Amino acid sequence: NRFSRRKKLIGSSQNDLYDHCLQFYGQPPLENISLTEFETFAVERLKLLKTVENLGVSCVKNSEQYTKKLDAEISRISEYEKRRKDHISHFILRLAYCQTEDLRRWFIQQEMDLFRYRFNDLHSKHKTDFLHKNNLKYETVSAEEKKSLQDKLIASSYGLSGTKVEEHDVPFQDALDLVRTRKVYLLAGNAYIPHHEIVTIVLNDFRTRLSKALAMTARSLPAVQSDERLQPLLSHLSHAYVGQDYSIQKNIGKISLEQIDALSGKSFPLCMRHLHKALRENHHLRHGGRMQYGLFLKGIGLSLEQALQFWRSEFVKGKVDADKFDKAYAYSVRHMFGKEGKRTDYTPYSCMKVILSNPPSQGDYHGCPFRHSDPELLKQKLQNYKVSPSGINQILELVKGMHYQLACQKYFELTHNVEDAGFSLNHPNQYFTESQKLLSGGRDIKKEVDMSQRSQENPASVTRPSQANSKQAHEEMGDLDSFFQDE
Amino acid sequence: MSTSDYDPACLPDLLPLYYRRLFPFSQYYRWLSYGGVSKNYFQNREYQSFTTQNELEKEMQKMVPYKIDIGAVYSHRPSQHNAVKSGTFQALEKELVFDIDMTDYDDVRRCCSAADICSKCWTLMTIAIRILDRALREDFGFHHLLWVYSGRRGVHCWVCDDAARKLSVAARSAVAEYLSLVKGGEETVRKVVLSDPIHPFINHSLSVVERYFQQYAIVDQDILGSKEIKFHNSLEGSSVSYDLHFSCVSVKSNSKKGGQYFDKEIMLQYCYPRLDVNVSKGVNHLLKSPFSVHPKTGRISVPIDLKELDTFDPFEVPTISLICEELEKPRAEEAEEDDMKDKENEQEAGERRRIRDYKRTSLAKYVKVFDRFLEAMARSRKGEMLKKSDLQKDF
Repeated sequence: NRFSRRKKLIGSSQNDLYDHCLQFYGQPPLENISLTEFETFAVERLKLLKTVENLGVSCVKNSEQYTKKLDAEISRISEYEKRRKDHISHFILRLAYCQTEDLRRWFIQQEMDLFRYRFNDLHSKHKTDFLHKNNLKYETVSAEEKKSLQDKLIASSYGLSGTKVEEHDVPFQDALDLVRTRKVYLLAGNAYIPHHEIVTIVLNDFRTRLSKALAMTARSLPAVQSDERLQPLLSHLSHAYVGQDYSIQKNIGKISLEQIDALSGKSFPLCMRHLHKALRENHHLRHGGRMQYGLFLKGIGLSLEQALQFWRSEFVKGKVDADKFDKAYAYSVRHMFGKEGKRTDYTPYSCMKVILSNPPSQGDYHGCPFRHSDPELLKQKLQNYKVSPSGINQILELVKGMHYQLACQKYFELTHNVEDAGFSLNHPNQYFTESQKLLSGGRDIKKEVDMSQRSQENPASVTRPSQANSKQAHEEMGDLDSFFQDE
Repeated sequence: MSTSDYDPACLPDLLPLYYRRLFPFSQYYRWLSYGGVSKNYFQNREYQSFTTQNELEKEMQKMVPYKIDIGAVYSHRPSQHNAVKSGTFQALEKELVFDIDMTDYDDVRRCCSAADICSKCWTLMTIAIRILDRALREDFGFHHLLWVYSGRRGVHCWVCDDAARKLSVAARSAVAEYLSLVKGGEETVRKVVLSDPIHPFINHSLSVVERYFQQYAIVDQDILGSKEIKFHNSLEGSSVSYDLHFSCVSVKSNSKKGGQYFDKEIMLQYCYPRLDVNVSKGVNHLLKSPFSVHPKTGRISVPIDLKELDTFDPFEVPTISLICEELEKPRAEEAEEDDMKDKENEQEAGERRRIRDYKRTSLAKYVKVFDRFLEAMARSRKGEMLKKSDLQKDF
């Protein structure tokens, strides 16, 4: 095995504990802290992760703009204090974010982005220090081997010029992100990594460790949750991020199937309108489309019986007879409602999920049209939906800048004929709810809050978590919500 | 015609014969035991387990599965008729698998669509196999690849190396994405986008495509004759032609819109393999088993011999009706002598009869391909064990 890695316990003396600005969070903090510190540290880190998320959506990750903005967020306290807070707050948030698949996924993603930013920010000497400190050694490719592979190495490592740069080779399983995007040369199962890409390997390592750690934390959670001081806080922390996830069905049965066609034109976001149209035209949708659209319909209030009727009536018009539908497809509809198999109640997909996972291929209609459609086709579609030419241009500009959710928000504004959507779009069901509210005249139009002014304003409509805990926890955490008003 | 007319209605009658006299149980059992497929066989939501080849045979002959799938934990819903049942093997550690389905190429083939295939578009499968086989072996270092014809309109690849079976879901998805070049759904016209520098994997793949492109795309599919080339929008102000001397597509573009690799992108969009990433990464995905019978076409899912890849013809693959018919043919004299020996030893007789039986049919050559594959796996496992015992200094 050419790849060797050994981990030693880092010395726990005060001097050593925070002798590097970056860490892998291998060891939990052992000190005692006050409840106030517990709260404040957690909230501040959560705020930071939320900023990382927002920046990741609105800027290209690791671009100059992204880095500058993230720099601005990191506050200016003493290095030691910073590092101590970093250590403690990370572990607190683990407690809050280990419980469900969605929470874990979000937490890991933001922590990884944060880690990558901070690693890249390090001086090359500090990078090496970090690698040595954590006993991460990667095999270097010998000079002769490099010569023979030279052309191929250059062709696969973007920007790599001379032969002076060190190359490392690792089994491809340790460099998945580079393999996935073909940023690395592969031979006989080994990936040849240029030195400057080492961060990707380190990140892979980071993700694996954190993922395992969260799983373990989840198992020991009951013990923590029995502490009355902590339980409301942790619960509130995880809900504060999620806000509305549309998992709890409200208004079940308030929508009738006959209304869906009209609603798809008026109140569905473009992705769902698109899926609905494809379903009506083809009398079929593939798995990805059925999941995205089916869960959305559940979120707007369709009951299981309605959903079954809806899908069956459509599929039967196509190539599927009622019998086959009952055998093959009904199962998966019931599955969506938590009535089969694992009996997990699946939650409707958020915009993030639609944009980032499971891209559509030939024959698929799911995904985010702003992200996954050709600009030309998107333009035609918007023209068909009678969006004004200037509106279309605005949307296309946003798409070019990769601001897909903002583009969809603009679509909302144009189709509802308002200047400001008054909300920050992050979920298709949110689009629907807001649209219905607007059309039934039940809401005031608010000015969009600029990201830079966030914590100062305190608009009247606040998204409260759907499960409130004790009133006291609410008051203590009152100010947590205002951290999220940048939406 | 070598298919002999297959009628799906006959399937319930032919299947018992297939499992009694033709299905290659000893090879199949060997394959299952190399792989991490547990000895649990799922039928109508009940577990049956088997530990020896005999038990496997008995179970399958009793159940007469209508379909055999490998992979997931749940079985299909039991059907009303007893004669049509399906069975599923539960996977413990699962092989890395790939599924190439002709319907995923509907936007670029003019000769057929949906479930139909013909000799013209079959070339797409040949290209897919060559490209993926090379990459899995040379780039990823895998050795034991079994390519199987699905029975109707596609091929499957089973990567059976130990290392492949141990891959995590994330690793499987990374491999599948490395191998994916054609991206985009109904709404995407330009599905392949290349930029500098071109990764060596793409260059290797292009050289395979170039070998087949002239005959397949220019002649058989006549893509340049089609007024519907969907690239129109991207190709505004360009002219696309085919250079016979250099065997490549040539794009002369006036507009700045065209990328510098348009010619390569076109070739790849028409020919590069389209695989379903979800199949490869899904630990719970079902894939049809080798040697199962396709219920609609009656064809056996046979292993494909890569040495004869260019002459593989899906329409020559035997159907269950054909091989059952071949069984009935009058036997040669030597066969009758063996018959007498058999009467002496019943069990061996069963075994020998079955070996003789499939050898008398068109299935024989495909079982040989499977044999060679299994031999290679056996050799490498022996090699591994020797290495291990050397390390432990066992003699």
